[in-house]
Amino acid sequence: MVIKGKVHKFSDDINTDDIIAAKYLVSTDAAELGKHCMETIAPEFSKTVSPGDIIVAGNNFGCGSSREHAPLSIKGCGVSAVVARSFAAIFFRNAINIGLPFLESADVDKIDNGDMIEIDLAAGRINNTTKKQVYKTQAFPVFLQDIVASGGLINYIRKTKA
Amino acid sequence: MGYTIAEKILLAHTDNKSIRPGEFIQVKLDVALGNDITAPIAIQEFKRSGCKKVFNKNMVVLVPDHFAPAKDLKSANQCKILADFAKEQGIKNYFEVGCMGIEHALLPEKGLVLPGDMIIGADSHTCTYGALGAYSTGIGSTDLARAYIDGKCWLKVPASIKFIYKGKLNKWVGGKDLILYTIGKIGVDGALYKVMEFSGPVIRKLGMDGRFSMSNMAIEAGARAGIIEPDEITRKYVSGFKRKPKFYHSDPDAHYENVYEWDVTGLEPVVACPHLPSNVKPVSALKNIKIDQVVIGSCTNGRISDLRIAASIIKGKKVSPGLKLIVFPATQKIYLQAVREGLAEIFVKAGGIFSTPTCGPCLGGHMGILADGETALATTNRNFLGRMGSAKSFVYLSNPAVAAASALTGKITHPEKV
Repeated sequence: MVIKGKVHKFSDDINTDDIIAAKYLVSTDAAELGKHCMETIAPEFSKTVSPGDIIVAGNNFGCGSSREHAPLSIKGCGVSAVVARSFAAIFFRNAINIGLPFLESADVDKIDNGDMIEIDLAAGRINNTTKKQVYKTQAFPVFLQDIVASGGLINYIRKTKA
Repeated sequence: MGYTIAEKILLAHTDNKSIRPGEFIQVKLDVALGNDITAPIAIQEFKRSGCKKVFNKNMVVLVPDHFAPAKDLKSANQCKILADFAKEQGIKNYFEVGCMGIEHALLPEKGLVLPGDMIIGADSHTCTYGALGAYSTGIGSTDLARAYIDGKCWLKVPASIKFIYKGKLNKWVGGKDLILYTIGKIGVDGALYKVMEFSGPVIRKLGMDGRFSMSNMAIEAGARAGIIEPDEITRKYVSGFKRKPKFYHSDPDAHYENVYEWDVTGLEPVVACPHLPSNVKPVSALKNIKIDQVVIGSCTNGRISDLRIAASIIKGKKVSPGLKLIVFPATQKIYLQAVREGLAEIFVKAGGIFSTPTCGPCLGGHMGILADGETALATTNRNFLGRMGSAKSFVYLSNPAVAAASALTGKITHPEKV
């Protein structure tokens, strides 16, 4: 799967309260949550996202709470994938489980806000078409790729049980 | 090569003959916990899967505690989803307001989580039960839905890091200070995707409440679990529980990715400054930090020994004029105990409030939201930007003694100064 989009750049340790504040956890609707994605740290974020855009961040993206509303809000506002130097563990599994594609990359510092990038999950490759650079990274283990390709954990479980 | 306690518990819950860090495994669960924020999505996903009956209703625990007692109509509807699901599925471990407490204090108190258990909870602070010698970890709503379907969870076996604490703790220094000190040393991603194993003579002398505070905040260093090998203190704590515990210990030749050994003699109470739990300072380094609100409670520090420490400092005194003191015991049992011991009276007479159990202010839910420009000192676990309300507010984290002393002076204060 290759995903193309414009980059929205964030720093290290973006936590789940940054991604979706607790006051919005009275909804489970991705589109509704998406309206408030990143509101605490970037109030205009959801308005600046075009469908397919990609979040690029530093270390420990998604640290904090287990709220699945965080990856849901990212999906809900139209972001197609997240690239970070590292992900917090619960966010990592939530993203897999709901089928939000993401990649870990040591080269996030080379990517700037507004760059156009293409990410290939299976190959573990990021192509920065703005800067004409290619960054290699670790592809997902097959087990996790299968879950994401199934559209999330529940679909995967149904498929493997059938 | 031997196994760590975490690896032994994981191995005991798989069909695998052996496991090693980095490997993906499927584990059979003993307990699957959800709350009023996370369970509604899990229940929705469970229903969407076409499944009609939960795999094992006895392993399901539902606690409406975050926005309960319901703070508004939307949260009331979320809480009702849990109540309806519990009724429909015949789930006995559903705790309605009146029986409800903050989940991570409630489950150990009710004997629902035991040493040797494999536990998941759709709440990041599920790591709390590691204090009992269980493998307990925070997961998301979809993981919880899957547990409802087949009683299992996928995970990647984490490597372990060992923390050895030596020396003698000062008065007013406890589990909260040890874990804040640790997070300060290694950072908020210092144990990313690892198991933290807390050990050494200082841990052996620490009571269960202090141990729960430590394991509770393992997630603030990025860890999957924060585990303490069971000992006599653990055995005594679980002695009356219905289910039989299993006591696991790390092998002498177990592999640790890293071992930290610290002498904590002379350690001062530790305060985490805005906006990260790793931004720690000894309390005496904080001069003239004025505060508007003090919050004592939560799954980190809302247990009876926490309230006793706070009350011992506040007794017979008044909170600083204009300061809001909010005390929220973690469970109904703790609430009642605090009333019986006269602790509730001490807080109320001092000019504080004594709340029903709820996660409430900790996550900026209700019962004490911060306004623009306000500063709070809380015994909770997170001080992220906007965590307790306004994105223009500030949250400091400390132990209950520092929080109580600071409530009296209106600024961050060492307990020995009051």
